[in-house]
Amino acid sequence: MDFGQIFTLTITQAFGVTALIYLFAAIGLNIQFGYTGLLNFGQVAFVAAGAYSVGVIVLTFDLSLWLSIVVALITSTILALLLGIPTLRLRADYLAIVTIAASELLRLLVRSIAFKDVFGGAQGLNGKLGQEFHDLNPLPADFTLPVLSWSRQDLWVVIVGWSLALLFTLFVWGLVRSPWGRVVKGIREDEDAVVSLGKNVFVYKLQALVIGGGIAAFGGILWAVAKQSVQPDTFQPDFTFFVFTILLLGGAARVFGPIAGTVIFWFLLAGFGEVLSSLINNGYIDFLTATDVGSIRFMLMGLGLMLLMIFRPQGIFGDRRELALDAR
Amino acid sequence: MLRRVRLALGVLLLTSVAFLVSGGLSPATAADTTITGTLTSPSGIAVTGVVITATGADGVSVSGTSDEKGVFVIPLPAGGSYTVELDVTTLPEGITLNNEADASRSLLVLGGEKRIIIGLSEGGESGIVTESSGTAERVVQLFLDGILYGLVIALGAVGLNLVFGTTGLTNFSHGELLSLGAFTALTFNTAGLNIIIAAPIAIVFAAFVYGWGQNRILWRPLRRRKTGLIAAMIVSIGLAIFLRYTLVLFFGGAPESYKQFAGQPGIALGPFNTTPKALILGALAILALAATVVWLQRSRIGKATRAVSDNPALASATGIDVERVISVVWIIGAGLAAFAGIYLGLTQNTVWNMGQRILLVLFAAVILGGLGTIYGAIVGAMVVGIFIQMTTLVIPTEMKTVGALFLMILILLVRPQGLLGRKERVG
Repeated sequence: MDFGQIFTLTITQAFGVTALIYLFAAIGLNIQFGYTGLLNFGQVAFVAAGAYSVGVIVLTFDLSLWLSIVVALITSTILALLLGIPTLRLRADYLAIVTIAASELLRLLVRSIAFKDVFGGAQGLNGKLGQEFHDLNPLPADFTLPVLSWSRQDLWVVIVGWSLALLFTLFVWGLVRSPWGRVVKGIREDEDAVVSLGKNVFVYKLQALVIGGGIAAFGGILWAVAKQSVQPDTFQPDFTFFVFTILLLGGAARVFGPIAGTVIFWFLLAGFGEVLSSLINNGYIDFLTATDVGSIRFMLMGLGLMLLMIFRPQGIFGDRRELALDAR
Repeated sequence: MLRRVRLALGVLLLTSVAFLVSGGLSPATAADTTITGTLTSPSGIAVTGVVITATGADGVSVSGTSDEKGVFVIPLPAGGSYTVELDVTTLPEGITLNNEADASRSLLVLGGEKRIIIGLSEGGESGIVTESSGTAERVVQLFLDGILYGLVIALGAVGLNLVFGTTGLTNFSHGELLSLGAFTALTFNTAGLNIIIAAPIAIVFAAFVYGWGQNRILWRPLRRRKTGLIAAMIVSIGLAIFLRYTLVLFFGGAPESYKQFAGQPGIALGPFNTTPKALILGALAILALAATVVWLQRSRIGKATRAVSDNPALASATGIDVERVISVVWIIGAGLAAFAGIYLGLTQNTVWNMGQRILLVLFAAVILGGLGTIYGAIVGAMVVGIFIQMTTLVIPTEMKTVGALFLMILILLVRPQGLLGRKERVG
């Protein structure tokens, strides 16, 4: 077994494009769930909104990628308002069911034959989605990394993605230390107390949903640009739950929680997958086949989410006192 | 009409399997570049022996044949642009392409696994005439289809609502109780038992192992630890993911059918087309639901269940053994869910994410009837079932769930306590 190769593959995935997509969704969810206490089970809808905005503007309407980023933010804001205005007055479990239902509703709409001309149906939108972005790639054409296995194109995405992610983290850091941050944390701890101080709780919750959704939409934009493909069935509810796992692993209501969670989650998941695949391919394990690795990884992830929630809900770096669970 | 419903379902199946491997979590490595997919007929039977060929820009062509599960894999030498052609002469008799253009398509494979989706239709089935039926007949047909679908939803929703009512847990892994029941029956069935015998054994097994056992091993200790309801909700999500992929590991991702009654020919009752198995299952479902209602209304433990549902602290103070009631509720809920799973398995097929696919519809039914209200689940389920089928008169069949989810959101806006719920603050 080539441990060196396994290690580099794992590191490549822990910091790679897919990890970044989840990271953006997790930073957004941290504002909504971690700080404000909103049980948003429909985070994937915001990622889909970002990805589909790019897909539709660039491929269906043949317009600029930069315009599509603006459209993505507008779409995610509209989505947050549509989702938030009816549901944010409801109890947490109702909010959870409605948000997950809304995300499924959106997925069924974009994959339907009725809107195939715009959204591409079940096949989605595939093509040169991020050309204008990749044209800006400053790396030399024959560039290859010495150790990690990113292509020139992926490396450019990763550099820009991580810069943006750090920028958003800085933004969250400032946000939660502002008066606004104190109010939303107050809502999470005791909504009635905040109401009695004369704050319009509903508006604050809506703002948290809009900001978190906007950051998650960047995950979708990155997805479309990096993978050059937007497919409806990648936006299943499970995506949201993986983001929850990442956030809870790193520690909800911690500024660096999403980053820590994403890197550790992908390091463990990818590392386990690579080791297991390698064991199977080299004949050390013969009761499993290479296709089983995927299911086992998901099984472990589900188990991980359960155990994390039962035994260490504050995650690795979190603070148990600062946890939205069961504020009411 | 039934066939059209099934057809849509077949396409849905085809595409929903796609997420399994290609979904966000498997980064592409150039080593295993493949084109893959699953061929399933609208009624859920795997289509085998179909030859699909991919030809690259350099003229190299590779082909794959769908195996006994309908799965085909075309290994590619490298990523690039390919023309994928399906040899229509290898399609079994009666199976045709939905879209003629699907026979040949060109696509770009970047590396890793590329899923392609091929819609199939089933022609020449005997017995059912679906063409040229008038609107009045369609309304009757859809209404009765809706009742049958509503009964499946009710079987699933009763357990979900009983557990919520007695413990407060919003159980996101309830859908997996349906899948587990269906796959347990499938295991017994594959081992040689006729499904008529396998089904009751599976239901009893499910009731005690997946219901009573699950409560005993997981939920009761969590209640003892005073785990909060939101934390428990997230635990149930983890459990659902774990169970779903356990099913994939053991049974694979392709849909399967029970050995008996798989392709039962349809019968016509006046304007209503159905299958004998659907009628028998519907009658059994009505019996099971009626028994549950009578049990809740008349028996001591049934009355105790309603008391706990109403106010657990007060019920406990009057000497009711709350934990015992909860155990019974789990047994009944899991048993009914397993029945619903087998029902779905017999009328459609068994597939690893069948429970996940119906879970939101169950929630819609429960919320419509009133979360926690015991009879609300049944009323809500019937309304949702009929509503889902009737909406196909005006919206495409593939979007029928959209209508149900929209109805649920609407209900939460105007009457969050549901049809039968008591007015209380839920915001």
